[in-house]
Amino acid sequence: MTTETLAPPITVTAPKIKSELMQQRVRAARWFLVPMLLALAVVAGWPLLRSIYFSFTDASLNDLYGAEWVGFGNYLRWQTLDSGVVRYRGLLADPAWWNAVWNTLRFAFVSVSFEAVLGMIVALVLNAEFKGRGIVRAAILIPWAIPTIVSAKMWSWMLNDQFGIINDLGMKLGLLSQKVAWTATPETAMTAVLIVDIWKTTPFMALLILAGLQMVPKDIYEAAELDGVHPVKQFFRITLPLVRPALMVAIIFRLLDALRIFDLIYVLTPNSVATKTMSVLARENLFDFDNFAYGSAMSTMLFLIIALMTILYIWLGKVRFDGGDR
Amino acid sequence: MASIELRNIRKAFGAVEVIKGVDLEVRKGEFMVFVGPSGCGKSTLLRLISGLEDITSGEMLFDGKVVNALAPSKRGIAMVFQSYALYPHMTVYENMAFGLTLEKGHDKDEIRQRVEKAADMLQIRQYLDRLPKQLSGGQRQRVAIGRAITRDPKVFLFDEPLSNLDAALRVATRIEIAKLHESMDNVTMVYVTHDQVEAMTLADRICVLRDGLIEQVGTPMELYEKPNSVFVAGFIGSPKMNFIGGERAEKFGAHTLGIRGEHITITPDNGLWNGTVIHTENLGADSYVYLEMGTEEPVVVRLDGSNNYKSGEVVHISPMEDKIHRFDAAGKPVR
Repeated sequence: MTTETLAPPITVTAPKIKSELMQQRVRAARWFLVPMLLALAVVAGWPLLRSIYFSFTDASLNDLYGAEWVGFGNYLRWQTLDSGVVRYRGLLADPAWWNAVWNTLRFAFVSVSFEAVLGMIVALVLNAEFKGRGIVRAAILIPWAIPTIVSAKMWSWMLNDQFGIINDLGMKLGLLSQKVAWTATPETAMTAVLIVDIWKTTPFMALLILAGLQMVPKDIYEAAELDGVHPVKQFFRITLPLVRPALMVAIIFRLLDALRIFDLIYVLTPNSVATKTMSVLARENLFDFDNFAYGSAMSTMLFLIIALMTILYIWLGKVRFDGGDR
Repeated sequence: MASIELRNIRKAFGAVEVIKGVDLEVRKGEFMVFVGPSGCGKSTLLRLISGLEDITSGEMLFDGKVVNALAPSKRGIAMVFQSYALYPHMTVYENMAFGLTLEKGHDKDEIRQRVEKAADMLQIRQYLDRLPKQLSGGQRQRVAIGRAITRDPKVFLFDEPLSNLDAALRVATRIEIAKLHESMDNVTMVYVTHDQVEAMTLADRICVLRDGLIEQVGTPMELYEKPNSVFVAGFIGSPKMNFIGGERAEKFGAHTLGIRGEHITITPDNGLWNGTVIHTENLGADSYVYLEMGTEEPVVVRLDGSNNYKSGEVVHISPMEDKIHRFDAAGKPVR
């Protein structure tokens, strides 16, 4: 023991200077992180924890602070009837919830798939050199720049069954035999929502992919030209592997966004069972139905599902956020 | 093997004409070097030969056949880019084999053989499984050359292949390219550089370009000994040729005299001219003495071995009479 307390050997001096510098840097970094961490804790951490807490209580809007702990009751509880039949209640046994989960997943999968493909096409076009490219690049962002509420309202008028321009055009061109209530009919409601969302977010996707495309050096396409690589092959063998990192990150951004879709559906197809997503259902329970605890349970589940999807995606897609394999 | 013929080739980008009418024949199996200052159009000319740029007017012939509209991949060419242009997501092997796998009629064994043969030639066999980013600049350039060899081209194009390498590597790779040319004597090679040393050491013939026009075509020695203009005289050779004008030139019946540093002797007295030493550079094997004698740029004298002329010392110099180049006011030689 005594030997350890002896003065350190001289050789330590050099690393120590370095480590002092490192310590200083680490300390500075911590200080820079503090404001952001504080803000995050206040606006994200605390509400999240509160929601999770409420989901284990019987809280209602009338009596938030008198809420009592009910454990997992909001998620799943059961009672055995006298007849011996076991009846399950709670979120996990709620068909409305599973309908919302299915709607959300369907919406997320279809919209992100379309947005990825269309975004890639738009990005490829914008990456080509042509006159007025700058203007086109700016113009294509317009759908993304319009607030969702505004574009949802705009589309809801365009899709209106009586006065909507889409029905009008469809009738005049002979594509429709009768006017369709796009947003109100259960069969078309999801399609309507998807169309608007794809219209709105493809530009965002395109821009993220475009950034990736511009990282691809031009000269390797010339090498490919000399190698006689067909343009289609060029895309699949050269362009796609090289923009893959950017594409994967763009998809995950959109996926997170799509899984918590709320505003578009709330405005475009209110109260339609065909389009009701997890967020919409959670809000409905939280505030409209005064099932605050139940709505909190939905919010918590939504959080878990999004987290699960993200982990799955990152794991299966081998996404790397450090610039990929270049 | 292919001969390349350029007939009155012009190339314009919008309103700017970059190549202003070039006639040139590159013979079968020849190593032709395009050399010139930056912006002279040498790289553009190479890209016209490769087919990566369209020809604005004129005719390009490979083996007597017009190839103006032929796709690059069908011209039987391979090109080595300045920036290597390797596919970053493919291994060295895949990079070299990619072109072949897309062509019909090559089975896997044949492709492997050809890639390995090229890799052996360039000593990159041990790197075949690596990605380009795991290689040094010199290794990458060898892979790029290997990729070109694998395609077994009739015409080999080099676009400043050494300019991204450091000095030592540049010399080593230069020698490799020279060896490559010897071992592939049925392949026509066109090489672009702005470095006259590369041009002198590699070329069978050099084509000196200036402002989109050919200034002179000839063997390195022809260009060195019989430059067709002041421009070529100044561009070829190191140190740069000395140009002396004024009365001194008039005595020789010329507007400008051109004398290379190695063709001037310093004499203790009775020299033709005299000048003041302003600087001496000792390079070991030889030394450069810079003299101030009223010319636009100091006159450089190249001497064998090391020398120790002091700054401010006045020395007498004499040019070797038979090595004097005489140019008229238009920069053309007086013969």
